[in-house]
Amino acid sequence: MDCFQDTIFKLKRYWADQGAIIQEPYDLEVGAGTMSPETFLRVLGPKPYKVAYVQPSRRPADGRYGENPNRLYKHQQLQLILKPTPADVIERYLGSLAAIGIDLKQHDIKFEEDNWEAPTLGAWGVGWQVMLDGLEITQFTYFQQCGGMDLAVVPAEITYGLERIVAFLQNVDSVYDIEWAPGFSYGDVRFADELQFSVYNFEVADVNALWQEFDLHEREAARLLELFRKETNKKRFPILPAYDQVLKCSNLFNLLDARGAISVTERVGIIGRVRKLALGVAEAWVEQQQPTTTEVEVVA
Amino acid sequence: MSGLLLEIGTEEIPDWMIEPALEEFRSKFLTAFTEFGGTAVSMDATPRRLVLRAEGLAERSPDVEEVVSGPYLSAGPKAAEGFARKWNTTVEDLHKTQDAKGERYIFHQKVPGQSVRDALSAKLPAVIGGIAFPKTMSWPGSQGVRFIRPIRWIVALLDDEVLPFTFAGITASNISRGHRVLAATPFSVTIAAYEETLLRNSVVVRAEERRRRIREAIGKDVLPDGELITTLAYLTEFPSVVRGSFDATFLELPKEVLSTVMRHHQRYFSVVRGDGSLAPEFVAVSNTQGDPEGLIRRGHEKVLRARFNDARFFWASDQKRKLPERVEDLAKITFQAKLGSYLDKTQRLIQLAGKLARLAEADAAVVERAATLAKCDLTTDMVKEFTELQGVVGGLYADAQGEAPAVASAIYDQYKPSSMEDSIPRTREGQILAIADKLDTLQACFRIGMIPSGSKDPFALRRAAQGIVKILFDAKLTLRWNDLFEEGSSLADFLRERVHFYLREILGYAYDEVNAAMAAGITTLHDLAERVAAIHRSRSTKDFEPVAASFKRIQNILRQAQVDHASTVDARLLTQGPEQDLYRAGLVVREKVARSRAYGEKLEAMASLRPEVDSFFDKILVNDPDPAIRQNRLALLNSLLTEFSTIADFSEIVMQGSAGI
Repeated sequence: MDCFQDTIFKLKRYWADQGAIIQEPYDLEVGAGTMSPETFLRVLGPKPYKVAYVQPSRRPADGRYGENPNRLYKHQQLQLILKPTPADVIERYLGSLAAIGIDLKQHDIKFEEDNWEAPTLGAWGVGWQVMLDGLEITQFTYFQQCGGMDLAVVPAEITYGLERIVAFLQNVDSVYDIEWAPGFSYGDVRFADELQFSVYNFEVADVNALWQEFDLHEREAARLLELFRKETNKKRFPILPAYDQVLKCSNLFNLLDARGAISVTERVGIIGRVRKLALGVAEAWVEQQQPTTTEVEVVA
Repeated sequence: MSGLLLEIGTEEIPDWMIEPALEEFRSKFLTAFTEFGGTAVSMDATPRRLVLRAEGLAERSPDVEEVVSGPYLSAGPKAAEGFARKWNTTVEDLHKTQDAKGERYIFHQKVPGQSVRDALSAKLPAVIGGIAFPKTMSWPGSQGVRFIRPIRWIVALLDDEVLPFTFAGITASNISRGHRVLAATPFSVTIAAYEETLLRNSVVVRAEERRRRIREAIGKDVLPDGELITTLAYLTEFPSVVRGSFDATFLELPKEVLSTVMRHHQRYFSVVRGDGSLAPEFVAVSNTQGDPEGLIRRGHEKVLRARFNDARFFWASDQKRKLPERVEDLAKITFQAKLGSYLDKTQRLIQLAGKLARLAEADAAVVERAATLAKCDLTTDMVKEFTELQGVVGGLYADAQGEAPAVASAIYDQYKPSSMEDSIPRTREGQILAIADKLDTLQACFRIGMIPSGSKDPFALRRAAQGIVKILFDAKLTLRWNDLFEEGSSLADFLRERVHFYLREILGYAYDEVNAAMAAGITTLHDLAERVAAIHRSRSTKDFEPVAASFKRIQNILRQAQVDHASTVDARLLTQGPEQDLYRAGLVVREKVARSRAYGEKLEAMASLRPEVDSFFDKILVNDPDPAIRQNRLALLNSLLTEFSTIADFSEIVMQGSAGI
């Protein structure tokens, strides 16, 4: 039986063999693999890209103090972007399941409609949740818009819920019972993390400090976007750091939300503030990626 | 005659979009190829293919002659020669015609018919691209075609020859594909052996056959659920059934929660015992061939166990804060951006429901308590997880937390009826709460201009209005129409449409019967229903339509004469014979009408006036030269009309016979 890390190795190996770049997780707090710049920015514009990475994803409101066998404050996603989407993308995906030891002839697999939308990122797509014997194991999305822009090349985003898949493969009822590495359970590795962050997110986090941080990061992102507008040498301009500020805002929003610090009336407004910054970054990135006049001449 | 097979191979299409898409596909196809007169067009689909088959297509469309207009003679010989050259003929052979601007040349162009093969190849891409879906996507990129999901292959055979066309970058061929897992290698098909070949590749192409297989395999002890069978038929290409069980201790959870988890979240059928209670079993439908190792069953059992454990956990943790303690939390949940939170709604609801309860002689204390707690379940983990259980969970919690049974059942039923087939709330208090909740939503949305138009109805206001109407009718509530809606307001008009719809489509009354009853005004819907029923029954009696026709005539006369409605009849001015007869008969009937309780009797009494009315119109000239007599006759007719128009406005009745008089 494969342990948690074996399954991750095999998925990475499989997609590496399919020509994908194997990236490491983004080193900031994010709510989903989609938010990593490896997805959010790379899907914009015409350049092809293929990448896979495990992204620990923080959802403060989903924390359960380590008590719920299926719900986690932080779960691990294996995120894959194929841009453009190959015509046999589903066959390739099914190949990845075979690679981690799922014999599809012995199981039931269904693709059930599930469209995805992330208002803070100005992103949406259509696709499915992939159901294996009644268990949702993957979210499969054809991105249609990102950063408020129609995508010139539509990528497929495949997000594996690693804890669920491995709990299925190892036939355990609680994610904490997953064997992560020989002799170490998921609980050994992550329980303290789940408990302490639940306590912090729900009980201890300083709401005032979080608001101040939010404002700070928002201001910095806005300042950078404003500078970009006036900048003549756009190629070297720090758009990626501006996006980091947006990610900070997004995570702080989630924390404040989990803390119950955001009222109804504020909520829509704050989502709008984050969204505005994300859209600004996306536009700036697309502009920065466009070949300059001189480059076009060289190519010609 | 030719036969056609067209299979559009896609990635998995959402199950609920498939049947409408087939209808679209069929009608677009028929419109595009009418001149080939295909007789039998049949449609089939699985999640991965839309299939159209046609037989009896003509080999060619008929030749037609089109007239091409050329230059006017006045444009000179050069223009005429140019026109003739263009059509490969000579000026001498051109025809001429006269129009408003003068004489001009025309050319009779013979357009030869097209072979069916050419027509199909030319037009099929547009037909396929024209199939409308509720939500489409692009897959190469934003510049490409749009469809519901990516198209991966197209089979297009005319009498087993491939039609040469390309759509969405896919060139049509005779190569189809089978079940994703059970038959991974593509294969060629022919028209005659299409279904058989697909079946060999683990695809049952007819939905009806998949439904039949599911229906037979699930067994007789499951909760009947035709809708779920159809959903599963469109989620599978090769359905088979798995029966599993769960720990009987989960049966402590309410049945509503268990079957919602099974049906809505897992698409399982619930198994019921002989006495109607749930058995600790379920039936799942797989898209594969059997489950010899029991792996699929174990998988489903594990998922269900986790789901039920969640529900059990939610149930326990939700009890830690009782519903009354959750009222303030409603301030954090938005009802609608411009309409504030659910706390705002709750406060309005208490007012409105209390007022309606007093008017309807329901227990106002119960209704107000239920209204206070009605929305609190929105703050519970159970409803956050299983949103379709809102209301039901509130009712179950209220009951478990010691609220009065009447309060609990009113909360439980507050969203009823969810459709015209659904039942209305069981108790009077529940009915009042359900009406008040829907009415508040309607009033609030109309106030900010969110009024449904066409297919745009994001807040499901039509359903809310229809729900109110159904409760008012079915529960025979004494609530007066004017207490609910301000007559003449756009909301009242909106509701009147729903009332009309209900009487027509649900209760099955004729259009004009409904019009006649509604035009006479609405006191309560219960009263309206009785009047329509009486009109409907009386209609077939022999005197009804003639009397209705006479009333219509009276109405016309009065309208033309611009009668003073305040004038009264002066008995001394009435002439002997038909005029006095009508007056006296009118008095008698008036009394009979006042005495009888049932509308049927009243209508019968009115219809009994027929001989006097007929004789009056036969013998008496309303337009007497003496203005006093004329005025008096008009007053007589007016009093009859006013008296007898409280049940129905007879002028709305459309005559079925030969237009009466």
